[in-house]
Amino acid sequence: MVAAVIQVQDLSKSFGDNPVLRGVSLDVALAETVVIIGASGSGKTTFLRCLNRLEEPTGGSVRLDGSPVGEASSERLSAAQRSQFGFVFQRFNLFPHLTARDNVAIGLEKVRGMSRAEARALAEEELSRVHLQDHIDKRPAQLSGGQQQRVAIARALAMKPRVMLFDEPTSALDPELVQEVLDVMKDLAEAGMTMVVVTHEMSFARDVADRVIYMEDGVIAEQGPPDQLFGAPKSAGAQRFLRHLSHD
Amino acid sequence: MTIDWGIIGESIPLLAEGLVVTLQVSALSAVLGLALGVVFGLGSLSRSRPLRWLVMAYVDFIRGTPLLIQIFLVFFALPMIGIRFDEFWAGVFALSLNASAFVAEVVRGGVGSIEKGQTEAAKAIGMRHSQILVYILLPQAYRQMVPPLTNELISLVKNSSLLSVISVYELTRAGQAIISVHFVPFEIYTLLAVYYYVLIKALSWLSVQLERRLPTW
Ligand SMILES: Nc1ncnc2c1ncn2[C@@H]1O[C@H](COP(=O)(O)OP(=O)(O)OP(=O)(O)O)[C@@H](O)[C@H]1O
Ligand SMILES: [Mg+2]
Repeated sequence: MVAAVIQVQDLSKSFGDNPVLRGVSLDVALAETVVIIGASGSGKTTFLRCLNRLEEPTGGSVRLDGSPVGEASSERLSAAQRSQFGFVFQRFNLFPHLTARDNVAIGLEKVRGMSRAEARALAEEELSRVHLQDHIDKRPAQLSGGQQQRVAIARALAMKPRVMLFDEPTSALDPELVQEVLDVMKDLAEAGMTMVVVTHEMSFARDVADRVIYMEDGVIAEQGPPDQLFGAPKSAGAQRFLRHLSHD
Repeated sequence: MTIDWGIIGESIPLLAEGLVVTLQVSALSAVLGLALGVVFGLGSLSRSRPLRWLVMAYVDFIRGTPLLIQIFLVFFALPMIGIRFDEFWAGVFALSLNASAFVAEVVRGGVGSIEKGQTEAAKAIGMRHSQILVYILLPQAYRQMVPPLTNELISLVKNSSLLSVISVYELTRAGQAIISVHFVPFEIYTLLAVYYYVLIKALSWLSVQLERRLPTW
């Protein structure tokens, strides 16, 4: 078996005395797509945010390609480490004062140290990859939600991350805009990107996921290939959750 | 009471000379105060605790003491440690230092009001704290900072009249010079009030124009 890209060991996180993650262990292999599902409040977002250290875990460890994440000695190092994870937010979080192109270029320029011209050229390429070549000079407010989320994906991809993390990337979108974003994600998975995706888009999970994880109360309650987890969930929690979901 | 219209007619051009100095002092102090204030404001948001503490102490001192005292401190105390200015530059320096503390608070408030998701998105692509402040948060705060900064500018222009105490020949001082010769305080102070009022109305109008021109998103 190929060495895991991400190794999570016994990860825990409490907010005050509220334990949100209670010992999560997970290895993600190169080019694997893992989909995480679970009820609201089960800790899915917190888990993703602990991977790239947007949230400081209370205990446990995260390794990327074998090196511990979050033990960098300086701010510069830890920032560089963080950019190894591409993060896509539920609400896009694009920079509203910058055009689509500059949203993508700013990281290349300020973090990767490219010249402005170089960064802008590369940004244009990344935006073409998510089919936004005709919108590069628009500000986020001039784009639809689906387009905004694709800019956000391009912004993350431009940094050439080892792993992409998606936190419910389509849940803030109008239904007719969901597919264009899922299509981009599917292409990415097929191109061999390692991905961890929190989503309730079951068609995506079925089609694209190598593994589905069901989280409950801050632990992984069940995991397996999509067919197995959706077809014959073992835990009572997963059964209940999936029944609810199909009734929505 | 009779109003001496003749002296008013004579004073209008005489006061214009003082008005020019008021404009010079105010413009220089505004630019310097803004630049320092932005630096201090960002300093108060820095990750360095000593730096934050230093800026907060400075702001606290400026806000907690009268401007008149600050002017005297700059004018009389600095020469004692070997720093010498003429009255004009001492005045500019005192007003700039004063304004910078208030500007720092505006910057701090403006930058602090930008949504948390912006910082997180910038962190996620690997930007450092100082880069996030300068390239992501500050530019988004410009527009909302214009009205409070205008208020600070208006205060600054009004406060510049205090520089008359260190003999800067600005508008108020120019008026006092006329009064001391002709003894027409009512006429001249009224005229001064009109000068300041018109000046400040003009600044308010300019500020609204600027705010309209700054981009929204
Ligand atoms: N910054 C925070 N401070 C305090 N509590 C928090 C914080 N972030 C999350 N929590 C709490 O942690 C728990 C898990 O939150 P989390 O956002 O990880 O859940 P989730 O599985 O992503 O839910 P959802 O499906 O609603 O997005 C919740 O009870 C939430 O209130
Ligand atoms: Mg969530």
